[in-house]
Amino acid sequence: MYQLLKQIAKTGIVTEPAPLSDAALRALEQRLGKLILKHFGRALAIRHVDAGSCNGCELEIHAMNSPYYNLEGLGIKFVASPRHADMLLVTGPVSRNMETALKRTWEATPDPKLVVAIGDCGCTGGIFGESYASCGRVSNVIPVDVAVPGCPPTPVAILQGILTAITPGRK
Amino acid sequence: MSKAFKELGLEATPLAGAMPAFCASVPAAELRGLCEQARARKARLVALWGSDETSRRAGYALHLALGFPSGLLWVSVPLSREDPHYPGIADIYPSANRMQRATADLLGILPSADADRRKWLRHGAWPEGAFPLRKTVEASARFARGPDNYPFVPVRGEGVHEIPVGPVHAGTIEPGHFRFSIVGEKILRLEERLGYKHKGIEKRFEQMTLEEGAKLAGRVSGDSTVAYAWAYAMAVEGATGTEPPPRALALRGILLELERIANHLGDLGYLGNDVALSFGFFQFWRLKEDLLRIQAQLFGHRYLMDAIVPGGVSKDLTGTAGETLAAHLARIEREVVTLKSIYDEHAGTQDRFIMTGQVTPELAERMGLTGLAARASGIARDLRVDYPIPPYQQLDPRTASHVRGDVAARVAVRFDEIFESMRLVQALVRELPLGEIRTPVAAAGAGARGLGWVEGWRGEVLIALETAGANRIHRLHPHDPSWQNWPLLEHAVHGNIVPDFPLINKSFNLSYSGVDL
Repeated sequence: MYQLLKQIAKTGIVTEPAPLSDAALRALEQRLGKLILKHFGRALAIRHVDAGSCNGCELEIHAMNSPYYNLEGLGIKFVASPRHADMLLVTGPVSRNMETALKRTWEATPDPKLVVAIGDCGCTGGIFGESYASCGRVSNVIPVDVAVPGCPPTPVAILQGILTAITPGRK
Repeated sequence: MSKAFKELGLEATPLAGAMPAFCASVPAAELRGLCEQARARKARLVALWGSDETSRRAGYALHLALGFPSGLLWVSVPLSREDPHYPGIADIYPSANRMQRATADLLGILPSADADRRKWLRHGAWPEGAFPLRKTVEASARFARGPDNYPFVPVRGEGVHEIPVGPVHAGTIEPGHFRFSIVGEKILRLEERLGYKHKGIEKRFEQMTLEEGAKLAGRVSGDSTVAYAWAYAMAVEGATGTEPPPRALALRGILLELERIANHLGDLGYLGNDVALSFGFFQFWRLKEDLLRIQAQLFGHRYLMDAIVPGGVSKDLTGTAGETLAAHLARIEREVVTLKSIYDEHAGTQDRFIMTGQVTPELAERMGLTGLAARASGIARDLRVDYPIPPYQQLDPRTASHVRGDVAARVAVRFDEIFESMRLVQALVRELPLGEIRTPVAAAGAGARGLGWVEGWRGEVLIALETAGANRIHRLHPHDPSWQNWPLLEHAVHGNIVPDFPLINKSFNLSYSGVDL
């Protein structure tokens, strides 16, 4: 126990400041009012859905949970069910075998809901493209608010995408 | 040529390339006899796949990769165009079951009627009777969605009930379906259903040139991008007779070991998390993040994607970069030593790890467990040790080996391998050969074969390549060790409680993308 406490004390706090939002990542105009966004900004529940990725984007979503990024300190929490979620974080080209599951997950998420597509594949279909087995980009299957490119996008880029989705538009 | 193959009555011809490999053709009627003899000689099934040879005025073919002590034997079984049947081998090599079913779904090559003929990859994305990997199916083809009824094996009895989990899981995990049959909290049976991520990777390869394929190979399973990229490069180099320069090989060794360290660090963090030691999660993920950032700084990519290319590597360690890497690794290593002693002495953690999710050495051997998980169940196999090719030849790598086959053993293998990989990277950095890092890839004629076989962090990754004309790909099968290990997860959970499933699953940490293709 002594060693464990010593290690915690020695490590200290490594958390870094969060990135700013970036309007260029928007795929759809902001649909939500300031009041809703104010609440989302303080307690955002995210459900991650891997719709067919190579698992590269998942590595970076995991990395976002490292103490460097301190998501929970920003009021962002990953939840176990779409019914508890405000936002879906979707990776991959959507495989045709996941098309139904993704649609059902989206339908199970209560309104108002936001969708952030992650990675080159989520944005465009990426190297897998569209085929007998792949529907391509996420917006081919469900509406996407913000799309974050990268192969895979870094944790900072994903975080920026999430923050962009809950930032009020120019209106 | 190897004596072992002569004893099997095979005319095996050596295959050019970095790893010792041989090719042989066997009629379907002799397939089972060959497999029985191979099994008796302790050869393991590394992969099974099919190909469409109708564009070459033949029928279809079934392919097997068998791992012998003297090297890899690539067995091809020609099948007729009208009736592509073969005798199934899943009773000899149990891991063949899902590979046979995937081959049937993609190519319509069927094992004999007594075999398990349930679909595997097909789900509802294409109907029964359509075979997307056949050459007659255009890349632009789309199919009408078929019904998706999957016959799970029911378990009946007083108090037995089912828990269906997935494909969308509760955490940040790849999609797959797990059907638990339980009594109270105890798991009686687990049946996996995968294939949700099938996105047509093998068909995609056939639209690519050898050069373009490298990027796709690095995205078969993102967490093993280095292992796949190296295996792909090795296959292309074998098929084209290209020899990468020594400096490139040393750099590939560094990249592969870094990938192993990074994945093991992440897994050790999650294994702590899954037994409620969140301290372990945050500490290991801090170290993993440190490593990822150094990798981004030195190699231009956090996960080292696209660093290995056919002919060599695309990124060099110049100036003092090698020393920087060595210094950072030494710092991380010191911290891992501290964390290991904390894990070892934490009673609550060890209580959850020990005797949970056990795979005995006997079961592992019978079912064909491979890679990291096999080394935790007494099977001390490691391609880096068993077939030491450059850059591992001079480094004398050590195989991690534990026998209890439980979560604790898989944790122990990860710790051992982190320390060994640290040693290997330090040694490779110290004696990095001078010279070029990339050599031009020679042109390939049609019908050239190449094999890539690399010990990734999870286990052996295989790429079997056959070229078409004009530097294109006729057929490419990427094989992930998860094919072999997923069925063992079904066994490992027997008698365990449902809440321990995430822990057991994580201790294997298998790829979905790598097997769904």
